[in-house]
Amino acid sequence: MKITLKIKKYNPEKDTDFYWREFEIEAEETDRIMDVLHKARWYQDGTLAFRRSCGHGICGSCAMLINGENRLACMTLVSDVNYKKPIRIEALPAPTEHIQKDMAIDQTSFFDKYQSIKPWLINDEPPPQHRERPQSAEEQALIDESTQCILCGACTYSCPSTWADPEYLGPAAMLKAYRFIFDSRDRGAQERLAILDSKQGLFKCYTIFNCVHACPKEINITWHLGELKKRLAQEKY
Amino acid sequence: MATVNVVQHDVIVVGSGVAGLRAAFEAAQVSDVAVINKIYPTRAHTGTAQGGISAALGNEEDDNWEWHMFDTVKGSDYLGDQDAIEVLAKDAPRAIIELEHFGVPFNRTPEGRLAQRQFGGHTKEFGKAPVKRACYSADRTGHVMLHTMYEQCLKHNVRFYPEYQMLKLLKRDNKVVGLVAVDFQTGEYYVMHAKAVVIATGGYGKMFRTTSNAYSYTGDGMAITYKAGLPLEDMEFVQFHPTGLFPLGVLITEASRGEGGILTNADGERFMERYAPTIKDLAPRDIVSRSIYFEVRDGKGVNNKNYVNLELMHLGREVVEKKLPEIASFVRTFLGIDPALKPIPVTPTAHYAMGGIPTDINGRVRSDSGDGIVEGLYSAGEVACVSVHGANRLGTNSLVDLVVYGRRVGKHIAEEYIRHAEFAPLPDDPAGDILNELETIRNRTGGERIAVLREAMQDAMMDHVSVFRTDAGIKEGIEKIRKLQERFKNISVEDRGAKLNQDLLDAWELGNMLMLSEVLAKAALQRTESRGAHYREDFPERDDDQWLKHTFTHMGDDGRPVFSFRPVTLGRFEPKPRTY
Repeated sequence: MKITLKIKKYNPEKDTDFYWREFEIEAEETDRIMDVLHKARWYQDGTLAFRRSCGHGICGSCAMLINGENRLACMTLVSDVNYKKPIRIEALPAPTEHIQKDMAIDQTSFFDKYQSIKPWLINDEPPPQHRERPQSAEEQALIDESTQCILCGACTYSCPSTWADPEYLGPAAMLKAYRFIFDSRDRGAQERLAILDSKQGLFKCYTIFNCVHACPKEINITWHLGELKKRLAQEKY
Repeated sequence: MATVNVVQHDVIVVGSGVAGLRAAFEAAQVSDVAVINKIYPTRAHTGTAQGGISAALGNEEDDNWEWHMFDTVKGSDYLGDQDAIEVLAKDAPRAIIELEHFGVPFNRTPEGRLAQRQFGGHTKEFGKAPVKRACYSADRTGHVMLHTMYEQCLKHNVRFYPEYQMLKLLKRDNKVVGLVAVDFQTGEYYVMHAKAVVIATGGYGKMFRTTSNAYSYTGDGMAITYKAGLPLEDMEFVQFHPTGLFPLGVLITEASRGEGGILTNADGERFMERYAPTIKDLAPRDIVSRSIYFEVRDGKGVNNKNYVNLELMHLGREVVEKKLPEIASFVRTFLGIDPALKPIPVTPTAHYAMGGIPTDINGRVRSDSGDGIVEGLYSAGEVACVSVHGANRLGTNSLVDLVVYGRRVGKHIAEEYIRHAEFAPLPDDPAGDILNELETIRNRTGGERIAVLREAMQDAMMDHVSVFRTDAGIKEGIEKIRKLQERFKNISVEDRGAKLNQDLLDAWELGNMLMLSEVLAKAALQRTESRGAHYREDFPERDDDQWLKHTFTHMGDDGRPVFSFRPVTLGRFEPKPRTY
């Protein structure tokens, strides 16, 4: 069958502004949006820019706006969207100046925020020799969901607080903070909570739940941020 | 001509999978280390590893590193070097404990120890029964390892250059002095001057039509090394993972069988009982993949198609959702199938390169099939061939390989090499020829489409050089590849720009893959025996008298592969017939 992709194009070396281009593609219902984007790039427009790598939802490269929702192109099938009409595809809703080319955005600020919460295990106590640090299955389960994050950015770029204030830490970075603060082996909770307790931090989450809706790994991010808020409130007040 | 920037670091690691990151972490303790990768660090292919990482920890039942070593030697069909395998099996428990100390969120036993599960080819008491040896984090073990090693590198001030594509190694005589790369985002070229270069760029699965591998898996590191006049080892050995999701080829972890899943044919028969009576569905991957092909050939493919069923229904929803959530999720997404209720259609999928850049047990790259070493060049991970996997890799041993040999590379650089190493002078006009090559591709107008040639290559490799191979078939494959190499000279790219020009890199990668395809096919043609993943229908038996040796391939003066050989390092386990 034939479907139409309506792609928001921008090439900084040629274009002064964004424009929409339609591509008619021969597709199957079971094709991934990534597959039909490949068909567009390989056979119609070699300049078409989008990132992708693994093709099954674990590398986090291909988050983009598909019919108005932040989704992974590799985990969205043609049959998942209304393909009777043109399928609109554009970059994640990032600040305009971060859009590099078509669907490719500059993720520097996204990774800077991630790095700002000290995303590594902090524990200066010497670990036991020749064996693991003990952790119960229940303690491991507490962080299990948060370790599924693939840093695709679908959540952060769906968040109205991020849209209003680009300096806001955003859900992905704070979910990573949760992953360590609630890890029974970590000792860095205080320093991370201090980072979260700022104008651009945790309490700028207004529980809008866009992040939860956007997350391709179905992580309940808002719940995790809620646990962080409780923890911060307990520690501080 | 484009401007060329010059940067300098003591050590440049190419590739940000766990092998590269583990090497970078170690070397960064005493030197200035940079990691470049053509994609963002956390997008590396290690992240797709699902089922587990093995070590004889004995947390769930008795285990012993010698059993792990034996299984790996036997799994390799005796082509693996036993000194390297001994290092792997002995060091694996330490390596996994260390990962836990770095923060990897492994699943736990009720006692708070690292949980372990069964995996293909891993047995107790030298083959008697399956053993629980694989540590895991649900079915995203590679993902959590990748993220944890990235975190540790950030903590230890490793410098990252995301989206820098290596194009060429810079060599003076027998010493590597750096590399040339292009910044994908800006299109600017970089000469990266270094005392040591580590190649950890992964495999080449995208040479095949059906593969579990990422789009980034185009064999760049092997191609660049080969073009630098260095050898590749055992290129004929490609692993086809038996359970790729039909028809996409996306990987369904072997842990699904480790947790008790079984394979059935069109008659509903558990056919692995016939091929591997002792360990059945947990036989090594080469054997299970071949068995599936035999079933399909005998008309036992499900719905008369070339797939069989993977049944998880009897495990119950709890096991499927808790232990295998990733695969459950994408089976639902891609096929609309709930694996707790219905079987999953699976077919063998190109998965792993056993061969690659030959190294010694410290990851130093070999310059020939003797004992020559290239100064300043190291390699680890899938791109390398040390060789621990021989003719067939066991599941979970790739992740062990990354941390054991990634660390050994970093340690050798830090403890033996870097103190005495200098920045050797760069060659004159170091980037000139590679810039010319890329500019030539960028400006060609021949009209051949990259995608058309790439698909033809993938079909040729799949049809002629995959699970079943014959003299006539491989020759037909080589003929097709040679024609594609000619057509490649008329390739056109549409994107003439500098920034984020994937079209140009696709073309350059295709050129590499067409070269490596020929190496792989010719290596398969000359090995007139069957061993591990290399199965010759016209030579169905293993032939230790002739072929208990590694294949080394150099580029000859005419640009064509030239072969030489290196004996296998044997040790405590004598080659025996391989039955399971």
